[in-house]
Amino acid sequence: MKRETTHTPRAGRPGIAWALPAVLFFFLFAAAPMGIVGYLSFTDWDGLSDPSWTGMDNWSRLWNDDGMRNAIWLSLLLTALTWLTQTPIVLLLGVWAAGRQRNRAVLSAIFFLPLLASSVALALLWRTIFDPNLGLSADVADWFDLDNADLLGSPTGAFAAILFVTGWQFVPFHTLIYQGGARQIPQSLYDAAAIDGAGTVRQFFHITLPQLRNTIVTSTVLMVVGALTYFDTVLILTRGGPGDSTSIVPYLMYETGFKAFDLGYASAVAAALVIVATGTSLLLVRLTGFNRMRSTREGM
Amino acid sequence: MSTDTAPRPAPPREENAPRKPRTRRARRANYPAGVGAFIWLVIVVVPLYILVASTLQSRSEYLENGPLSLPTSLSFGSYQQVLEGDFPRYLLNTVIVTVSCAALVLALSVTVSYSIVRTRSRLSQKTFQLFLLGLAIPSQAVIIPIYLIITELSLYDSLLAIILPTAAFSLPVSVLIMVGTMRDISEELYESMALDGARSVRVLFQLVIPMSRAGISTAGIFSALSAWNGFLFPLILTQSRETRVLTLGLYDFVGEFRVDIPALLAAVVLSIVPIFTAYLFARRQLINGLMGVGGK
Repeated sequence: MKRETTHTPRAGRPGIAWALPAVLFFFLFAAAPMGIVGYLSFTDWDGLSDPSWTGMDNWSRLWNDDGMRNAIWLSLLLTALTWLTQTPIVLLLGVWAAGRQRNRAVLSAIFFLPLLASSVALALLWRTIFDPNLGLSADVADWFDLDNADLLGSPTGAFAAILFVTGWQFVPFHTLIYQGGARQIPQSLYDAAAIDGAGTVRQFFHITLPQLRNTIVTSTVLMVVGALTYFDTVLILTRGGPGDSTSIVPYLMYETGFKAFDLGYASAVAAALVIVATGTSLLLVRLTGFNRMRSTREGM
Repeated sequence: MSTDTAPRPAPPREENAPRKPRTRRARRANYPAGVGAFIWLVIVVVPLYILVASTLQSRSEYLENGPLSLPTSLSFGSYQQVLEGDFPRYLLNTVIVTVSCAALVLALSVTVSYSIVRTRSRLSQKTFQLFLLGLAIPSQAVIIPIYLIITELSLYDSLLAIILPTAAFSLPVSVLIMVGTMRDISEELYESMALDGARSVRVLFQLVIPMSRAGISTAGIFSALSAWNGFLFPLILTQSRETRVLTLGLYDFVGEFRVDIPALLAAVVLSIVPIFTAYLFARRQLINGLMGVGGK
């Protein structure tokens, strides 16, 4: 470690060398791979021999690939539906959990349980629940006299199942973010509104919602990037199927890269995923000035 | 964000000014949200009930009665079956990976955050920005190059192959948490250390680390949780039974147990039990860690 070099009698300050181990480590396993994935996307590589340069081949193939178009469409649809379904739920739950009702603490503690488990564990649980012969699906089909209990067997059902299970898993997380945000709204605003005779609903739309602006941005960025990168749940619940009805971009990348060992083309898919994900989050961050917030606590 | 997810009976100002803020709170009681919360409670509890109840039935009982039935006689056979299999080995691997990841992340992020907060150099701002940008890198996007790097380093199918990338991907959040905590240490404290003639190493150990304990524990829990629950890196970077971690083991149990749902779900329960235990004892810290932010 480099000792500090100034001779002023101020407190010892660490040299920039202190940052090196972490920066190098992060560079090797996270930053450099971003560059390498770009490079690999211009190559043909089977994972065993050396990658061979093929220029724009992968990218033009990507551009004309129906499977990829389908995957991008499914990913965008899943992202949009994730935001549309989860935001109202977490907004309500978060604002509610920020209050001081009786039993709130106990209920919140139960709400957050799904957060503890891995997506693998949860996907396995839901897989057994959706099992058309042995799971809850079978019972539900019996109660309502449905012919087909095989939710994961139909394209729409499988897609809805992914949407639901990932929602079930991540709603608690976003609820926490909203709970934190709602707690930071000054009580005086509500008091003033109450004096003016504003009811709960008006208070919600005129105070709570505007005050949660930063929270909404934070949660939205996390939801968008999260939904674009769902993978574990798809692998375990549907394996992209039936057909390719749940084959979203990360899953397609996995299939192409580590099942078909077409790693060059899979790199192009991955690079496209990076472009979409970082583009979206940078756009959201720029639009909202989140990068200028000094504290990590702002907007949380 | 406010991190006080632990129940707090009342804000302290109520003691001084008991001018019925309670009724005002009560009038704010949000009934639509309350009903919504109740519905969500059912949606959360039913699957969790199925999870636990199924594991306490024998396989034939489950096949006969379905997932919603109350277990007629408690049977721990499923748990026994899982524990007698490969589960303990997977658990040990997961513990090794988790502890190593947390230790590595903490060592690296304490030093880099100290430098970001205290080094007078334009580079330190750049360093911080690197990690901020790093937050946006999805692990799926770089898994192929990481596979390449790991094979080049001859680490494929070792626990280190899981530990290194997992730790790297926990770094940005940890740095963010710790920089946030360390920025709040007041200049006077540094100056009083300076009067003692303290060098940067002593300042780190006697001032910065003790003052950042909350941030350190949050970052530690965050990185431990992401290591414990991580799936993609083990899936791609390991292969053999010897290096299998819990999440990957669960994934393989699907094939192994087939229709033996009680045993499969018992493995799921057992994989959650350690985190659940931690949740019971350190709810607040764990929630902070899960969110990866706040840290106070």
